[in-house]
Amino acid sequence: MALIDLANPSRFLSFVDRVLPWLTGATALAFAVGLNQVYLAPDDYQQGATVKIMFIHVPSAWLAMFGWTVMSVAALGTLVWRHPLADVAAKAAAPIGAAFTLLCLITGSLWGRPMWGTYWVWDARLTSVFVLFLMYLGVIALWRTIEDPSRAARVAAILTLVGAINIPIIKYSVEFWNTLHQPASVMRLDGPTIHASILIPLLVMAAAFTLLFVTLHFAAMRNEILRRRVRTMQLMQAQAAPGS
Amino acid sequence: MNLGPHAAFILLSYGAAILILAVLIAWIWLSHRALKRTLAALEERGVTRRSDERRKYR
Repeated sequence: MALIDLANPSRFLSFVDRVLPWLTGATALAFAVGLNQVYLAPDDYQQGATVKIMFIHVPSAWLAMFGWTVMSVAALGTLVWRHPLADVAAKAAAPIGAAFTLLCLITGSLWGRPMWGTYWVWDARLTSVFVLFLMYLGVIALWRTIEDPSRAARVAAILTLVGAINIPIIKYSVEFWNTLHQPASVMRLDGPTIHASILIPLLVMAAAFTLLFVTLHFAAMRNEILRRRVRTMQLMQAQAAPGS
Repeated sequence: MNLGPHAAFILLSYGAAILILAVLIAWIWLSHRALKRTLAALEERGVTRRSDERRKYR
């Protein structure tokens, strides 16, 4: 099957039906390996066992930003190329991205209390991630407010592209401003500053979380295509009803 | 495994992760089941999309 064939929703559905069991298996395997590595990982010399929160907090933070990036690319697909699956992909990614952002905020607070002495501060990094969470909720609300999916897609695409400015702000907030949050320690030009014994479990968990995101995104896209089919059929049924 | 003096924060973090991801997975899975049921009910009532009708006559 050529990649262009996947633009057809029916072909995409059959592709997802074939791929989803493999993705689910790969995700489960990655989590099994990752959690075993987390269990075996040594304590940090300063943070002690609290470093174990990092193995879920950091991948959640990456995927919170990845989710909006996926939506932004899909928004371009909607506005520029009018790709039939672009708005399906954008709508399906929003609740998943919101869930990972919420997880990032909760685990960050729970990590902050013992390490910083506070659950929350309104510094640049924490505030910009909180704004990202509110933006996810806004896009989800927008999709639910406008009934016509193609009109909702265009409005949501514009909001998504405007909101994309927040992604570099989140990434560089720890460098542009004085924050309680530490600077980047994995994605740096001069290489990671974390010891391999902690970095490797972190990367395995990040791979597992990413596989979970992709699996859930495909499944949610399948749901959205089916939801639109149901809507079309219900409209046809209403039109065919006597007296309509 | 000794989680040290901050064990509660670590366990709460992993608990939150399990809860949030379980709700997300369950919501997507249950939505899929409900949509399949609705589609089957509509097809049973003879409602078909135009593209399905075209495919039938090909």
